[in-house]
Amino acid sequence: MLKEEKYQKLKDIIKIYLPEDVAVTDIEQDSHFMNHLNINSANLVDIVLDVEDAFDIRLENEDMEKMQTVNDAMAIIDTKLAAK
Amino acid sequence: MVMKESYDWILNRLPYTEPFLYVEEISYVNDKGAEGSYRFSPDAHFYKGHFKNNPVTPGVLLTECCAQIGLVCLGIHLLGKETKLENITIGMSSSQMEFLLPVFPGECVRVVSELVYYRFQKLKCEVKMYDEDDKLVCKGVLAGMIDTGNE
Repeated sequence: MLKEEKYQKLKDIIKIYLPEDVAVTDIEQDSHFMNHLNINSANLVDIVLDVEDAFDIRLENEDMEKMQTVNDAMAIIDTKLAAK
Repeated sequence: MVMKESYDWILNRLPYTEPFLYVEEISYVNDKGAEGSYRFSPDAHFYKGHFKNNPVTPGVLLTECCAQIGLVCLGIHLLGKETKLENITIGMSSSQMEFLLPVFPGECVRVVSELVYYRFQKLKCEVKMYDEDDKLVCKGVLAGMIDTGNE
């Protein structure tokens, strides 16, 4: 899967959980989920669960802790896909 | 004879007290779900205002009862007996409920919950509430964050 394709897939998941005052166009690679995109911890869990389904991977607690920004999420997805 | 398992340790850990405790009895809790009951006291203060001269249990309190029995009792079970009460932090993160029948003052309701998932401190359940005639009163999906905060 191409990087751009992965990024798009991730963005499609994130946008479902954006609060009303944040637009899809606000999503940048270095966006912080909680600080920039105003996503709360409950919705961050939903994003992780959707990411697991979309990429057929499984994240652990330590991955969740590392997943602060969109870039972090991309890196975790890459690591998990490579380990498959 | 099989001894009925005591769930007092869960009841004792519930972070609620009167007048906002909506769990009376727990019939069972396991890794997949929970069941318990509560009787709405006919003397509860909210019946005076909901509604004027026509007391009906507010839907938000049916939701609260579903959450306390279905979500919080189950959450405490999943966290385990070792967790100290003072370390538990909880908060409802979403609720989607449908209300089918009214619950009148003094009625006893039974809540049954089924675990959808418990991951990364988020607990999500399907809940159903029944009245004394086993008729479905309300149903829905509730989720909350439950954490021990000692990591």
